[in-house]
Amino acid sequence: MGMVNLTIDGIKVSVPKGSTILQAAKEVGIKIPTLCYHPDQSVKANCRVCVCEVEGNRLLQAACSMPVTEGMVVKTRSPKVIEARKTILELILSNHPQECLTCARNQNCELQELAEEYSIREYAFEHKVRGLAKDTSTPSIVRDPDKCILCRRCIDACSVTQSVYALGIENRGHHAMVVPSMGKDLIDSPCVMCGQCIHACPVGAITEREQIDEFLAAVADPDKIVVTQIAPAVRLAIAEEVGMKPGEMPMDVFVAGLRQIGFDYVLHTNFTADLTIIEEGNELLKRLKEGGVLPMFTSCSPGWINFCETYYPDLLDHLSTCKSPQQMFGALVKTYWAEKMGIDPAKIYSVSIMPCTAKKYEASRPEMQDSGYRDVDLVLTTREIGRLFRMSGIDFTKLEGSSFDSWMGKYTGAAVIFGATGGVMEAALRTVYEVVTGQELKDVNFTAVRGMEGIKEAEVDLNGTVVKVAVAHGLSNARKLMDQVRAGESPYHFIEIMACPGGCIGGGGQPITKSNAQRQVRIDAIYVEDENCEIRKSHENPEVKILYDEFLHEPLGHKSHELLHTHYHPKNKKYL
Amino acid sequence: MKGYKEIIASYANVPGGIIEAYHAIQKEFSYLPEEAILEAAKVFNLPVSEAYGVATFYSMFSVKPRGKNVIRICESAPCHVAGAAEVVAALERELGICMGESTQDGLFALEFTECVGQCQATPVITINGKPYLNVSPAKIPEILAEYK
Amino acid sequence: MAEEMRIVLRNYGKIDPLKIDDYIAQGGYKALEKARSMDRETLIEEVKKSKLRGRGGAGFNCGQKWSFAYQAQADQKYVVCNADEGEPGTYKDRLIMENDPHTLIEGMAICAYAIGATKGYIYCRGEYPHLVGILNTAISQAKEKGFLKDFDIEVRSGAGAYVCGEETALIESIEGKRGEPRFKPPYPPSEGLWGKPTIVNNVETFANIPVIVEKGADWYASIGVPSYPGTKVFTLTGDINNKTFFEVPTNTTIRELIYKYGGGIPGGKKFKAVQIGGTSGAFIPEELLDTPVAFDNMAAIGATLGSGAVFVLDETRDIVDVVTRIAKFFEHESCGKCAPCREGTARMYEIMSKINSGKGTTKDIETISRLGRVMSCSCLCGLGQAAPAPVLTTIQHFKADYHAKLV
Repeated sequence: MGMVNLTIDGIKVSVPKGSTILQAAKEVGIKIPTLCYHPDQSVKANCRVCVCEVEGNRLLQAACSMPVTEGMVVKTRSPKVIEARKTILELILSNHPQECLTCARNQNCELQELAEEYSIREYAFEHKVRGLAKDTSTPSIVRDPDKCILCRRCIDACSVTQSVYALGIENRGHHAMVVPSMGKDLIDSPCVMCGQCIHACPVGAITEREQIDEFLAAVADPDKIVVTQIAPAVRLAIAEEVGMKPGEMPMDVFVAGLRQIGFDYVLHTNFTADLTIIEEGNELLKRLKEGGVLPMFTSCSPGWINFCETYYPDLLDHLSTCKSPQQMFGALVKTYWAEKMGIDPAKIYSVSIMPCTAKKYEASRPEMQDSGYRDVDLVLTTREIGRLFRMSGIDFTKLEGSSFDSWMGKYTGAAVIFGATGGVMEAALRTVYEVVTGQELKDVNFTAVRGMEGIKEAEVDLNGTVVKVAVAHGLSNARKLMDQVRAGESPYHFIEIMACPGGCIGGGGQPITKSNAQRQVRIDAIYVEDENCEIRKSHENPEVKILYDEFLHEPLGHKSHELLHTHYHPKNKKYL
Repeated sequence: MKGYKEIIASYANVPGGIIEAYHAIQKEFSYLPEEAILEAAKVFNLPVSEAYGVATFYSMFSVKPRGKNVIRICESAPCHVAGAAEVVAALERELGICMGESTQDGLFALEFTECVGQCQATPVITINGKPYLNVSPAKIPEILAEYK
Repeated sequence: MAEEMRIVLRNYGKIDPLKIDDYIAQGGYKALEKARSMDRETLIEEVKKSKLRGRGGAGFNCGQKWSFAYQAQADQKYVVCNADEGEPGTYKDRLIMENDPHTLIEGMAICAYAIGATKGYIYCRGEYPHLVGILNTAISQAKEKGFLKDFDIEVRSGAGAYVCGEETALIESIEGKRGEPRFKPPYPPSEGLWGKPTIVNNVETFANIPVIVEKGADWYASIGVPSYPGTKVFTLTGDINNKTFFEVPTNTTIRELIYKYGGGIPGGKKFKAVQIGGTSGAFIPEELLDTPVAFDNMAAIGATLGSGAVFVLDETRDIVDVVTRIAKFFEHESCGKCAPCREGTARMYEIMSKINSGKGTTKDIETISRLGRVMSCSCLCGLGQAAPAPVLTTIQHFKADYHAKLV
């Protein structure tokens, strides 16, 4: 590729042809401010705060969209540029609510950061908030259109990354708004509640439905025994919420922290992740043997389940009937665990800590009460736990570790990797291989299904039967595999799908994630944790063995069907 | 009245023809009913969010029901200085409604428009796209009579 | 003094626009035949040499634009006619299409041959529904006579969006989308309609083409001002005796337009200001009236030629009120895509209204001046960049009118 030479603020730089001014400036360490720019999305050039002066041009040019040319002379901080940026920021701020102190994105807001960097001290224009109603129609996501700055990153995330198409633009000019399909409430749109729009939003216009107060009320209630489960992807990312690097918070310190903020028992969703592998693995083998519906799809990701029920209701038979690990846990904690601990299940308040916004919706599904109670009473995202940790004032570098409580706290490396795209598939293969062949798996690492590539595939020879598998993350990638299945052209037996790019480590409830590069760092941390686990195959989890011996008796048995499996329902959405 | 499905189907093979289809629907219904937008999304293979975005972008389209005969009054500068405000007042008085509203009998809708390109004879109004030139308050009753 | 000269309106009133034979009798479609006898590069070179510059507002050399699309490699190219004439006070494209649709079709067909396109679109503003029938009749006549060969033209209607006059917004609208401009580059001649090389020219630009091909580049280049040769159609509105249109060479001065062709100001009143080029044009005071209307001459006085609208105000007019009304126009027509235009046009209207209602302060004038300065250089498209011109030029030339209204 040819190189282009240019000068930016007097510094000479040589960058590959086709680079933008923004990219070239980054090369020489010059930060150009942006709002609508997102490294994993197409260029929009609509916020205009990245404008720069290009010699010979009367007009300022948007650095994010302007390709460099040979000999170009760029000024990124001339008086003309500064005046433009400041004025544009003032315009945006003039109808933005003055609610920074009470905003979920306080101190983690791109607009706030720029207002600070550009010393915006007053409103040059009359401060006028549009006065639009909040959309609280879903159990997962809250939209506050008054805070929206129309950058359209959420639309890109929803339409391009996820192919969900829940969001669009209504009207034009300064009446333009980002709205759910047909201007209805989010719940009536095809929204799958994956929460990728939350990560995309530079401000606080889209957030999770925060339920911290409900948690605090439960902890304060002496009649409630507050039990928690932690999803595999949470520990790695929670570190980011308290100022550490991904994976830096030791598991035992995390557990101790959870006890500090009021949990009576700390258990692990990883336990039911291992359980999922046993049930789902056996379901796959049964389908293979009995000529059941194939390919079978994984069912752990509630955003993906919503997507399938919304866009592919004709393919619901392909979904594994296994509940997600969260819901398996919920059903067991108020039956098996309560019995084993001698606790009245009516007193158990079951809280799950999830990297996911769609889990809030999943827990609220009417069918999720097989224990005789609400299986999961409350879902808190990683971000909400981060806030509770900060509220608690804990110094995690000084906190002494603590271990998980018994009976549903043990897990294997196979459960750990559930948090990354390809993890469920790899965990399943580790178990299925040994169950079918009766031989020990020499190398447990199925690297073909790992990584950020959108669709991955692999083949496994199970005693002469070649099983073809595929993995997709991000719903646009899922859609490709689904269309293949619908057309009757899918070559696969088993498909893993995670709604969010990167899998649960990039879930809608995780610390605000600004790039796929950030997701990759978390993925790397996951595989390190897997390597460090003594046991790396789900069927070797000793507590899972006890569960089967004492309670479930066999995979896919009567009790399993009652508590661990579910059915799916077409969503019949009108505004697709 | 032709059905909206039939109307939209006739544009199915026109690439990007949704705007043409919307025009044709409005000719029959005077606005874009929700069902028609849903149907157009299906026929043109667009997400509803996008079909709706198109419907709300253009000032000639309305996603809310409105009177059968759409009266648009130009208020661009040349008509403004030629006395458009007096024409607006006369129309509001004559129809008993304000700009942006429709008459109870569903016969008329009153809207502002920007320039309609008949500036040789200002002020200008259009009714269902037909221009009326050199309009004065005195001419209003006569013009409206054509549509009653 | 320059005399009226009809090139694009050469057949106005001489032919029945719905009869192709009338057009042929005036020498119509000869130029197309001649063009097709030339090789493409020679033809484009000829258009370049004529120095014809786009009549849509940007004033880019037409032949040069064509050469970019010609050079682009693609399986499909498009010729698009911008007939979304939305500048208030402008109706010259309507005149051409109403009275001589074949000159437009012939111009487009020549362009199609030159760049190698087989498909054309005429994007006609929604406010001109009656033109769709005229254009379609003319297209089918030309097809029947065999003039168009493999070139196919489709008429598309706008639906009330001034911004669709911007070429990339227009392209989006043909694609059936919201008419929101794209960022440039890439420019349409390399990536336009459905991502293919596309030439978008204005009606008036295309109408010049057959005459240039027929009479030659040198002839055309000798008319009017050398840097912007040819003629321009002007439509006169506001306080002017002859509220009508004129096609004149580009060396005509503004004063001639108003006093010679326009017949001056009615009622013996004095001239106050003229806005040229449509509602996004600059307001020009008495002392600059001897400027020729050509593109660069206008640019030199901080004005634009634009669409050729000439909106005259007499001494009795409240210029602040008129500019407030214009600010409302932009508030209504901004597409809302880019922040400085979406928010800026609304704020501009808000502050102008405040000043117009007697509540403004000198601080408001400072704020609106800064806002205008920023919008004119940082908005995504020409709409937002041009929107502040009426405000900025009236503050510059008619400051006293503003000060008279302040608290």
